[in-house]
Amino acid sequence: MSKQIEIKDLDIYYGSFRAVEGVSMLIEPRTVTALIGPSGCGKSTVLRSLNRMHEVIPGAYVDGSVMMDGQDIYGAGVDPVNVRRQVGMVFQRANPFPTMSIKENVLAGVRLNNQRISRKDADDLAERALRGANLWEEVKDRLDLPGSGLSGGQQQRLCIARAIAVQPEVILMDEPCSALDPISTLAIEDLIAELKNEYTVVIVTHNMQQAARVSDRTGFFNIAGTGKPGKLIEYNDTEIIFSNPEKDDTQNYVSGRFG
Amino acid sequence: MATSAPAKSEPTAQSRPVVRIGDRVFSALTLAAGILILLTLAGVAIFLLIQSWPVIGAQTTDPEQITGGGFFKYVWPLILGTLISAVIALIVATPFALGIALFTSHMSPRRLAPFLGYTIDLLAAIPSVVYGLWGLALAGNLVPVYRWLAENLGWIPIFAPDAEGTVSQTGRTMLTASLVLAIMILPIITSLVREVFLQTPRLQEEAALALGATRWEMIRMAVLPFGASGISSAIMLGLGRALGETMAVAMILSSGAFTWSLVVTGNQTIASEIAQNFPEAAGLRLSELISIGLVLFVITLLVNMAARAIVARTTVKGN
Repeated sequence: MSKQIEIKDLDIYYGSFRAVEGVSMLIEPRTVTALIGPSGCGKSTVLRSLNRMHEVIPGAYVDGSVMMDGQDIYGAGVDPVNVRRQVGMVFQRANPFPTMSIKENVLAGVRLNNQRISRKDADDLAERALRGANLWEEVKDRLDLPGSGLSGGQQQRLCIARAIAVQPEVILMDEPCSALDPISTLAIEDLIAELKNEYTVVIVTHNMQQAARVSDRTGFFNIAGTGKPGKLIEYNDTEIIFSNPEKDDTQNYVSGRFG
Repeated sequence: MATSAPAKSEPTAQSRPVVRIGDRVFSALTLAAGILILLTLAGVAIFLLIQSWPVIGAQTTDPEQITGGGFFKYVWPLILGTLISAVIALIVATPFALGIALFTSHMSPRRLAPFLGYTIDLLAAIPSVVYGLWGLALAGNLVPVYRWLAENLGWIPIFAPDAEGTVSQTGRTMLTASLVLAIMILPIITSLVREVFLQTPRLQEEAALALGATRWEMIRMAVLPFGASGISSAIMLGLGRALGETMAVAMILSSGAFTWSLVVTGNQTIASEIAQNFPEAAGLRLSELISIGLVLFVITLLVNMAARAIVARTTVKGN
C-alpha cells in the first residue's frame, strides 16, 4: 500500500506570485526521496502540494499535475480531504493535540475516517501504530496521559504514529528533525528507514548529511534570486547527487561552497 | 573542536546593581495603578456595607419595617429574577456568539470577515437606553408568540399563563427583557471568542487538516479545545454584563412579584429595582436599595472568581 507519485510540469502560485516553476519528478513507491535546497527555494511548497496542504494559504493554486498511481490529485471533483487521508504528513515541529491523551492522539485520524471502532480494535491499532513509530516501549504505561508531556523527539514520533495509524499510501515529512537533538534525530532517521518498507516517503531537510543518510533519491531546488520562482535543478540517485552531480550548482551546494 | 569559555571576571567587592531612573519611575507608576484598583474596589465595598447597615439593624430588631417584610424575603425574588434573566440571555446569546465567531474567524470569505466583525462590534456601541426603546417596540410584537407558548406549552412552569389564563398584554415580560439582554451581551462574547479562535496555533490546525479533517472536523479537533478556556471566560464576562445591565431591563420589564412564568407580567432584577426606586427613596428604603446593590456586587464578584477558576483549570498549553 504505497503509491508512485508522478509530478508533471508543476507550477505553484500564491496569488499572483509564482513560487515554484516547472517541477517534474517521478517518485517510486517504497523509496525515500529527499528534497534539499536553500531556504525559500520552494521545496516545502512542493512537498505540501503533494497532499494539497499548500491550499490552506488563501489564493494558492497549482498548474500542472500530480499523479498518484495514475490518478491526478488535482483532477476535477477530487476532494483535498480525501487526498490528505491517503497522504500523511509530519511537520517541522511536533504538534500533538494538547488536550488529547497519547492514545487519543494516535487515533485522532482514525476517528475521523471511521467513527465507530471497537475498543479492542482501537487499542490494537494504537499499539500497532506506536510500535511502527518505535514509541510503544516508551509510552505503553502512560497511554492515557497527555501527549504534551513527552519529550520533543517522542512527540515527533507520536505525530508519526498518528500519521501511520490511518494507513496512508505516502508520508510527507517537512524538516521533521530540525527542532530535535542528535539522539532523537537518529531515532527518527532509523524510523524513516523502516517506514520505507511500507510507504512512499518524501522528506524535506536542511541537513545534507541527513539527506545522504536516509534517502534513495534526492532533488535539489534553487532560486535565481528573491522573488523569482524556485526550480528543481537536479533530481537523481542520492549517491550521484552527493558524489558526482551533473550541475555545478548542485556540486556547490552539497559541498558547502554555496553563496 | 576546542572551545574555551571566556574567563569569568571577578565580582568586585562593592558591586552594586545598576539602577536606571526610568525603570524606577515606571515601576512606581504601575504599582500605583495596581494599588488604585484595589483601593477603589475596597472603597466601593466599604461604602455599600456602611450605607446598608441600617437594614441589618432593622432586620435584627423589626423585620416588618423592611419592604416585603424582611430583608431576605425582599431580596430573594430579586436575586432569582436577576439570575434567571442573565442565564436566559446567556443561553440565547452563546450559540449565536460561537457561531458568529467561528464564521468570522474560520469559515467566511476573507473579504466578508472584517465587515462582519465591525458590524458585531457596532452592536456594542449602541447605548442601552436605545436597546430599551427597541425592546419596548419588540415587546408588542412578541405577544402572539407568548400567547401561543402559553396555550401549547403552558404545562411547563416557565410558559404558564397567569390566574386569569392569559399572558402579558404588553409583552413587557421577563422573556422579552432577557432576549434584549441576549442581544446586548452578544457583541462582547462574540468578539472575545473570535479573538481566542484566531489565536489557535496554525500548527494545530494543520495537524488536523493533514490527517484528512474537514473544516468542521478541524474546528472540533483543534480550534474548540484550544479555545475552551477562552470561551468559558467570555461567557462569564457576558454573564457579568447581563447581571448588571440596568437601563434596558428597567424600561422593558413591567415589574412585579416573583413568578416562574416568563410570559406574564412580574419579576424584577436587582439593578432595575434600584434604578426604578432610587429617585423617591429616602431613609431606610434608601439603605434597602444600597443593600441589594451590595448583594449584586457580591454575586458579580463570585461570577468573576468562578470565571477565573474555570480558566485556570481548563487552560490548554498550546505550542
